[in-house]
Amino acid sequence: MKMLKMKSNLSHLFLPLSVMVLLIIINLIKGADYFTITVVNGALYGNIPNILFGASELVILSIGMTLITAASQGQDISIGVSATITSAVFVWFVLQAGEVTVLTILGGFLLSCAAGLATGAFNGTLVSIFKVQPMVASLILFTGGRSIAFMIDGKLSPILANEISNQIGTVIPGVPIQTPIILTAVFIIIVALVLKTTNLRLYVESVGINRSAARLNGINPKKIIFLTFLIMGVCTAVAGFIAVNKAGRHDSVNLLKLIMMDAILAVAIGGNSLIGGKFSITGSIIGAYTIEMLNRTLLRLEIEPAMIKVFKAVFIIILMVIASPVVRAFAKKTLEKVRSGAFIGNIFKISGAVKPAAEKED
Amino acid sequence: MASLKAIKAKTRLSNSNLLFLIAAVIFVLMYIFAIITFPRSFMQFQTFFDLFNLNAPLIIMTLGLSIVMIGGGIDISIGAVCGLVTMACAVLLESQAGSIGGAVFLALAIGIAFGLLQGYLIAYLEIQPFIITLSGLFLAQGLLTTLHKDPINVTRPDFVALRDFDMVISWLGTRNRLGVFIPSEIKPGVIVVVVLLLLLAALMKWSRFGRNVYAVGGNSHSAMMLGINVKKTIFFTYVICGLTAGIAGFVYIMTTGAGNVGNASGAEMKAIASAIIGGTLLNGGVGNLLGAPIGTLTLLIINELIRAAGVQSNYQAIISGLLLYLFIVLQSVVMSLRDRKNITMVLPSWLKSGFHPRVRQRE
Repeated sequence: MKMLKMKSNLSHLFLPLSVMVLLIIINLIKGADYFTITVVNGALYGNIPNILFGASELVILSIGMTLITAASQGQDISIGVSATITSAVFVWFVLQAGEVTVLTILGGFLLSCAAGLATGAFNGTLVSIFKVQPMVASLILFTGGRSIAFMIDGKLSPILANEISNQIGTVIPGVPIQTPIILTAVFIIIVALVLKTTNLRLYVESVGINRSAARLNGINPKKIIFLTFLIMGVCTAVAGFIAVNKAGRHDSVNLLKLIMMDAILAVAIGGNSLIGGKFSITGSIIGAYTIEMLNRTLLRLEIEPAMIKVFKAVFIIILMVIASPVVRAFAKKTLEKVRSGAFIGNIFKISGAVKPAAEKED
Repeated sequence: MASLKAIKAKTRLSNSNLLFLIAAVIFVLMYIFAIITFPRSFMQFQTFFDLFNLNAPLIIMTLGLSIVMIGGGIDISIGAVCGLVTMACAVLLESQAGSIGGAVFLALAIGIAFGLLQGYLIAYLEIQPFIITLSGLFLAQGLLTTLHKDPINVTRPDFVALRDFDMVISWLGTRNRLGVFIPSEIKPGVIVVVVLLLLLAALMKWSRFGRNVYAVGGNSHSAMMLGINVKKTIFFTYVICGLTAGIAGFVYIMTTGAGNVGNASGAEMKAIASAIIGGTLLNGGVGNLLGAPIGTLTLLIINELIRAAGVQSNYQAIISGLLLYLFIVLQSVVMSLRDRKNITMVLPSWLKSGFHPRVRQRE
């Protein structure tokens, strides 16, 4: 039984892992030094740490996106904008405080979490109470959100010039791993603990699989969907916090632009259905790292920046075709035919009865 | 039984028509409001025509998108496809080989190619429309920037003549301050809009394909059980949408006369908003194609009003977001009221249109 469960988990992760292996092979063909890690100023640098570093916001956002997709059967396209608003609040607080200490940073972070909860509640109300499709509901924040962030800032790009946020964005002296990677790991552990200790996974999955059945069983779907949007709000606050500290300044026009596309793709590559139901956070995390790896691979292959989008699109289309249910069913059928009909028929020469049946399937 | 059905059909508005009527009423109210606040500009016929003249591509895209949305899908690649078409046409027209006919052909070919590819993947391989059209968006944007990075201004004399061509309506116009009569002008793009609107609205209303699209969008399982070829229907909605995006691209370059990387970027979001304001439900199955231009015009008038009021550009985006919110909530309230059985919105006998008093209160 346990073996079976493990097998099903692995088959879930088959797609993202195989893509990752493919990308690693391509990278190794390009240059064998792909895995080399060097120490610069007491911190690790190299391709792998760079991928972990670059994907940290994407990983956090795709965790929230997985939950939203599972519960509400749709995607939130306002996550980048929401992260911009929350980080604007953070920057506003820190700059207003004058002296920057760990406490002000923490206070700003908590305030940005509150802002994230507010944006999450805005989308969540529309989706859960007014039953608007999540994509349309988040379209509203998507259109107006960056202007709100700009108004909170008051100017184009306020600069966070202090030592603490610089350390959060890059490396704390004495710690060999970049801080965003540590923060991401901590966030993943917290999410894992929450999912292990609470009923959240069960409730979210049951709402996503059949909303009315979940309601009849005593789960309030509105509450659960609203809750996933609140969690997404916190995720955007954390991602915005990391992004703004990485950049060292707040750019309300370009911060985390188009990240919603990558987050949705991470969810899809992670083997999750985009129409809700069962989900795998592990898959989404691997998917997010895979996308970052893909971006960096395309850069490493010295493809023209303009062509990167084309390559990415073609890559996604091929991936989706492979993962599509129709192609999978076809492959399974062909495989079975090879096994039962032609294969056995040819080798063991089973006569008469089997062969016509196998031919009939054509 | 048949007679009962006939009575029902006469006395009860369909969801599509109800939402369309609400959209139309809102449009008229908005226009009256615009006239009251800015009488000098909005009283002119030219202002009204300019809304069409300058935004014909958006209306065309909204038409195609509405069909996809009625069929229960979504297409977010249309803006990028439209931009790709403008750039491809500009490159072709500026090269020695190109002609206007060739550019039209190229525009239609690009549009149909995207429609066929996305439609096939979505309908027959059953992949999520959002993901496929998202990669279509990436693909079109990438091809656009690979094709040419800098803006191209088309200088061919025959194309410039087409670009500057105006149809003058001599009997309709306004007098300016000096008392000189200025007739209204419309661009050829408006003719394309009107022809497409009539064609597509007739297709959706009277053809078997149109009815199939409504059935599939309403409930694809029951549509399948009724013997409708669901996959084929969905496939053709995307092909039509791609085609309209291609046409929109040509109309775009016919209006502006230049290929640019930023052409029509973000148009997909505007088109989705217009379709929703025009009374098309994203869940599918509900919508009237005549609502598409009305929704677009409502959105444009709102934007014009905000601009004319001299509001800071940051507030513009916020206000249009809030208005979109209001429209969505309104639609949601109307639809949930319709779902409740104790409230039936019966047409008053003295007029075959109108609303139940309780709904009017909610408005």
